[in-house]
Amino acid sequence: MTAHAPPRVTRGWDYTLRIRLRLWWRAIAELGYELWQRPFVLLGGLVVAGFILAAIFADQITIHNPTRGTLLLRFEPPAWEAGGEWKYPFGTDDQGRDLLTRIIYGTRVSLAVGLLSVGISVLVGTALGALAGYYRGWLDEILSRFAELLLAFPFLIFAIGVMAFLGPGFVNLVMALAFKGWVEFFRLVRGEVLAERTKEYVDGARVAGQGNLAIIVSEILPNVIQSVFVLGTLRLGYMIIMEASLSFLGLGIQPPTPAWGSMVASGRDYLLKAWWVSTFPGLAILWLVVAINIFGEGLRDILDPRLKIE
Amino acid sequence: MKAVKILERVLTTLPIMFGVAIIVFFFIRLTPGDPVDIMLGRSAAVTQREIDQLRHQFHLDEPLHVQLGYFLADAARGNLGYSYIRNKPVVDLLAERLPATIELTIGALFISLIIALPIGILSAVRQNSLLDRLSMAGAFLGISMPGFWLGIVLILFFAVYLQMLPAQGRISYEVQLQEITGMYVIDSILTRNLPALISSLKHLALPSITLGAGVAAIIARVLRSSMLEVLRSDYIKLARAKGATEWDVVMKHALRNALIPTVTVVGLQVGVLLGGNMIVPTVFSWPGLGRLVVDAIFNRDFPLIQGAVMIYAITFVLTNLVVDIMYTYLNPKITL
Repeated sequence: MTAHAPPRVTRGWDYTLRIRLRLWWRAIAELGYELWQRPFVLLGGLVVAGFILAAIFADQITIHNPTRGTLLLRFEPPAWEAGGEWKYPFGTDDQGRDLLTRIIYGTRVSLAVGLLSVGISVLVGTALGALAGYYRGWLDEILSRFAELLLAFPFLIFAIGVMAFLGPGFVNLVMALAFKGWVEFFRLVRGEVLAERTKEYVDGARVAGQGNLAIIVSEILPNVIQSVFVLGTLRLGYMIIMEASLSFLGLGIQPPTPAWGSMVASGRDYLLKAWWVSTFPGLAILWLVVAINIFGEGLRDILDPRLKIE
Repeated sequence: MKAVKILERVLTTLPIMFGVAIIVFFFIRLTPGDPVDIMLGRSAAVTQREIDQLRHQFHLDEPLHVQLGYFLADAARGNLGYSYIRNKPVVDLLAERLPATIELTIGALFISLIIALPIGILSAVRQNSLLDRLSMAGAFLGISMPGFWLGIVLILFFAVYLQMLPAQGRISYEVQLQEITGMYVIDSILTRNLPALISSLKHLALPSITLGAGVAAIIARVLRSSMLEVLRSDYIKLARAKGATEWDVVMKHALRNALIPTVTVVGLQVGVLLGGNMIVPTVFSWPGLGRLVVDAIFNRDFPLIQGAVMIYAITFVLTNLVVDIMYTYLNPKITL
């Protein structure tokens, strides 16, 4: 920092930080107000929060073992059916394990795979998209072509192909989903940065002596982050369905770890005898994904109505 | 002029297909282990000499870029490799399964359109009515529902509980059918075989509904929002001012323009149905491409997986191409 620095800068980070914090606080308060006006969206958010809590405290809120059962108790019907008991509210599966316990533990897999794969997609897609959109040139050219290539594969077949070659498992599953998932965030951020980089505040920051990376991180990205957040929420539900589909096919999370997709698959062999084994894990997927989508679409309407035209 | 533009658009797919082939080529290199071991499957009764012979035959003893060259040259000639597990060229295996996949795609598309078109139009015309709210809630469920689970619920209800519809296969064993196209519904019409027609339609029903429901949800949402947009425009006001009947306003003036974005979405969905569905065929044991790929994965039949992924991607790219070209005919304002 030189002695010739303009007065605005000498007041220092403290000043800009305070304004920024105040703006963020106002944005959060406004979001809270908008959510309060939309009880449905709020409800969706609360359901998602409930699932997250259930995943975290699965050990505390369940009384049965999720992976070990008693064969004597196999195919106990749900509590309200004849022969059912409230000890096993949704009944038991082919190995005599309590279905509700396994569904609660299955929340962990769905949310962990969903959040991790979306999180990695967001990080990679945002970073590459910002660089490509800001610097243009050969980097943009290469990344955009690669993104187009990945778009030529339908999502499921790509993930299935990658899983077939990598083998099943938690890490591979997240990698397979993120390997294609980043493309959408890349395209979104690249487009937004392309539009932002010519605006006056960017020129201003450059005149004030900020470096390129600082401009991207502290000037441009804060204006893009809302759209990324909205898209991330909407993709979360999709990733959860993808995880469930892969686990259903036997390519994702392997038994005996409870995952909703593989639980539905294991019930397929006993449809005639025990309808509940497949039905309830599927309902859990449906409930969680509906809640996420309601919350995501609500957020989109509040934060970023432009995204609506897909 | 138009022909030139279309040709240009066709040519842009070539580098994409080239890239797809390269990605698929590197798929098999991601696998830990020797490609020959993988190609031979689990059979242990192979001597080192045979392995060396195979390595030479597949050019595995040559540098990677030479291997890539051979792979691309073969793929361009329509040779996608040989399945050692099934003892057949990959192309033949894929071709055998194609009619079943096409039949299911048509079935699903038919179901989705008869659900989505009336719902999309009516809920836009009667925006915020009970019908609108109910059908949009239904569409919301449709896009949030995993297909495999819907399939199982339908099996539980229609096959297990009501015992109305079969849960598996394409046609019952008692019925004789002479195959012509490989699509059983069409074959039974061509050979005027009523029992076969009924049986194949019954078998087609549940898989089509399962696949079609998700697609219907997407189409209904898009059609509704584009109808809403069109209905607000000036020329609709003009049509109303001229005294056109409500039917004419909606069906002739509004629908035609609202269909343009809808067609794109339908096209994309056809691409997904043809090129990305292995879930529903697995639930219903439908012997289409998807089932073949899933089996191939569990048999570790890598040449077949590789070929199928490539065919899927190319089908997807080609469907998008067709959609883009159709687009210009629907909307003269748009050029490629």
